Amino acid sequence: MLDIKDLKAKAGEKEILRGISLSVGTGEVHAIMGPNGSGKSTLAQVLAGNPAFEVTAGSASYDGRDLLAMPPEERAQAGVFLAFQYPVEIPGVSNAYFLRSAYNEIRKARGEDEVDPMEFVGIVESRLKLVDMDPAMLQRSVNTGFSGGEKKRNEILQMAVLEPKLAILDETDSGLDIDALRTVADGVNKLRAKERSFVVVTHYQRLLNYIVPDFVHVLAGGRIVRSGGKELALQLEEKGYDWLVDAHTPAGAVV
Amino acid sequence: MTQRYLDQHARFLSSAVGPGWLMDARRASIARFVAAGFPTTKNEDWHFTSVAPIVEREFVFDAQGHASPAMPSYELPGDAFTVVFRNGRCTGVASGGLDRGVRVLSLADAWTVAPDLARRVGTVLSDQPAFTALNSAFMADGAIVHVAKDVSADLLIHLVFLSDDTAPRVTYPRNLIVVERGAKATVVETYAGPDKGSYFTNAVTEVILSEGATLDHCKIQREGRKAFHVGTIDVTQARDSHYRSFSFASGGALSRTNIYTTLRGEGAGATLNGLYMLDGEQHCDHQTKIEHVAPNCFSREVYKGVLDGRSHGVFNGKVYVHPEAQKTDGKQTNNSLLLSREAQVDTKPQLEIFADDVKCTHGATVGRLDENALFYMKSRGVDTETARRLLIYAFAADVLETIASEDVRSALERDALGRFVSEAVTA
Repeated sequence: MLDIKDLKAKAGEKEILRGISLSVGTGEVHAIMGPNGSGKSTLAQVLAGNPAFEVTAGSASYDGRDLLAMPPEERAQAGVFLAFQYPVEIPGVSNAYFLRSAYNEIRKARGEDEVDPMEFVGIVESRLKLVDMDPAMLQRSVNTGFSGGEKKRNEILQMAVLEPKLAILDETDSGLDIDALRTVADGVNKLRAKERSFVVVTHYQRLLNYIVPDFVHVLAGGRIVRSGGKELALQLEEKGYDWLVDAHTPAGAVV
Repeated sequence: MTQRYLDQHARFLSSAVGPGWLMDARRASIARFVAAGFPTTKNEDWHFTSVAPIVEREFVFDAQGHASPAMPSYELPGDAFTVVFRNGRCTGVASGGLDRGVRVLSLADAWTVAPDLARRVGTVLSDQPAFTALNSAFMADGAIVHVAKDVSADLLIHLVFLSDDTAPRVTYPRNLIVVERGAKATVVETYAGPDKGSYFTNAVTEVILSEGATLDHCKIQREGRKAFHVGTIDVTQARDSHYRSFSFASGGALSRTNIYTTLRGEGAGATLNGLYMLDGEQHCDHQTKIEHVAPNCFSREVYKGVLDGRSHGVFNGKVYVHPEAQKTDGKQTNNSLLLSREAQVDTKPQLEIFADDVKCTHGATVGRLDENALFYMKSRGVDTETARRLLIYAFAADVLETIASEDVRSALERDALGRFVSEAVTA
C-alpha cells in the first residue's frame, strides 16, 4: 500500500527527515514512536503533502502511484487521510458544510454522484455515534472553539466519513484525558478493516494499549532506528528512548 | 473643467421643470459646486482617492435619460416592490402591490402629486461638498419612499439604477426615504451597468427616520467594471430610531460611498456594516460618519474588504461624539483580507470625542488567507480553488449574516461565493 524509500525532507534550511524507509502493507497497523523532535509529525505532514516541508530525496509510492508528485487534495481523493495533531480552526465554515464538501470531492474523484445535504445527514449520523459526538457540533464552525478532545474526535469523525485506505494519525492521543483517549481509540478500532492501513504516530505507548499495532518503529534524529512487533512499544515504555537513540542502531534493524 | 458642468447646467435649466424652490436649489447648488471645486487628494476626506479620472472625463448629461432597449437587469430572489431607473429616469412605478401606508413615487412625479413630501428633499444634507452639490444642481429624478406612522412595511422596496453603455453618461439619482413615527421598512438600492460602459453615477439618498422608526437600508454597488460611482447617503435620526445600513460593493473602476448619519434623539442607534470585494485595478472607498448629538445612543460598525489583483480599498470611519452625547456606545471595526501581494488597503478610523462619559472603540486588521487552513482543507480532498473560495466566503459570512432580509442576504452570499471564481490562484 505504502512504500517509502530513503525519504529526506526539510523545513526551511533544517533537515528533519534524514532517510526514512518504511513499508506498510494493506490492512496493517504501524506505530511510529520516538522522542520529541525526532521527525514523527514531519513524516505525517510530508505524506499528506504539506507544502511547508520540502522533500529533498527519496520516494514514496502509494497504491503504485508516486505519492510525492500528487497535490494534497489528490492524495486525499485517492484515500490518504491525515488526522492532524493540531486540527485547524476555520471560523465561518460549518463543520457539516466542510465535511460534505470533502465527502463529495472524494466521491467525484471516484466517479460517484455527489450527495445532497439531506442524504448526507443520514451518512454522518451513524459516524457521529462512533466517536460519541453531539450532532450539534456539525453546525459549529470547523474546530472553532472546540476543546482539545472535541478537535481530536472531529478528526476521527472526518476519517469515519471519508473512509480512507491509508489513515495517518498524528499524535491523536496528545492532550486527551483517559476517557477521551478511550473514545477516540474505540472509534479508530471500529474503523480497522482488512483493506485499510494505519500509521499511528505517537509519543506515548499508552495509545497502543488501545490501538494494538502490528509493527512498531522508533524514529530518532530523522531516521528509523529500530523496528519490531508490538512488544517493542512495551520495552520503550519500560526503558524510555535513550537506549535506542544512543545505540545508533542501523535504520530498519529488527529486534 | 467646471465650465463643462456649467454649460451642461445652463442647458439643463433651460428645459428643466419643477417648482420654484427646486429651480432655486439647482441654481444655488451649481454655485456651491463651482465654489468648492472637485476635491483633490490634499482634501483630508479624499486623501486616499484621486477623482482625477472622473474630473478629466467628458460625461454626457441627458436629463431625459434615453435608454437602449437592452439593459442589464438585477433582481433579488423573493418578493419585492421594484422600481427601475434607466439612465437616471424612472421607467414607471406600479400602481398596486405596496403595503397599506407605503408610498413610492418618482421624484419627477412627486413635485406635482406630493409637493409637501418632495419639499423635504434637501433638508437632510447638512453639508454639500462638490459631488453632492452637483447632484443637487442636476437633480431631475429618483425615488421617494414614504412609510406612514406605525406601518410595518413587509414588502421589500427595491430601487434599481441601471446605466447603459451607449454613451459615457453621467446620472444623478436623487432619493428620499421617510419613515414616520414607529414605522418600519426595508429598502434596497442597486446600482448596476454593463462592464463596457465608462459611465458615471453620482447618487444622493436622504433618509429621515422619525421617533421609533426602523429602516433596513442596503446599497448594492455592482456597477460595470469601467464605471465611476460616487454615492452619498445622509440620514437624520430622531429619538429611539434605528438605522441599519449595509453597503455591498463589488463593481466600478473607481467608487466612493459616503454613509452619514446623525443621531439627534436619545436612544437612537445606527448599525453601519459593509463588504467590498475587489480585484483587477478597482478602487473602492467608503467613508462613514456617525454624529452622536444626543446622549444614550449607540453605533455599531463592521466593514470588511476582500482584495485581489492590484485593487485598492479605502475605509475611513468617522465618529463624532458631541459634548451633550453622554453614554454614547460606539464600536467600529474594519477587517481586510488580501489575496494578492499588490492589493492595497488604507484604513483610517477617526474618533473625535467631546463628551467624557462614553464607550467608543475601534479596531482594524489586515490579513491573508490562512495557509494552514488551506492545507487542512486540501488534505480532506477539497481542491485549491474551492478551499480558497470557502475561506473567502467564511471571512465575509459573519458580516453578511447581519443583513436582516433573508432574500438580500442570500443574493449577496451567492455574489460573495462567486466573486473570485474565475481568478487565477495567486496566493
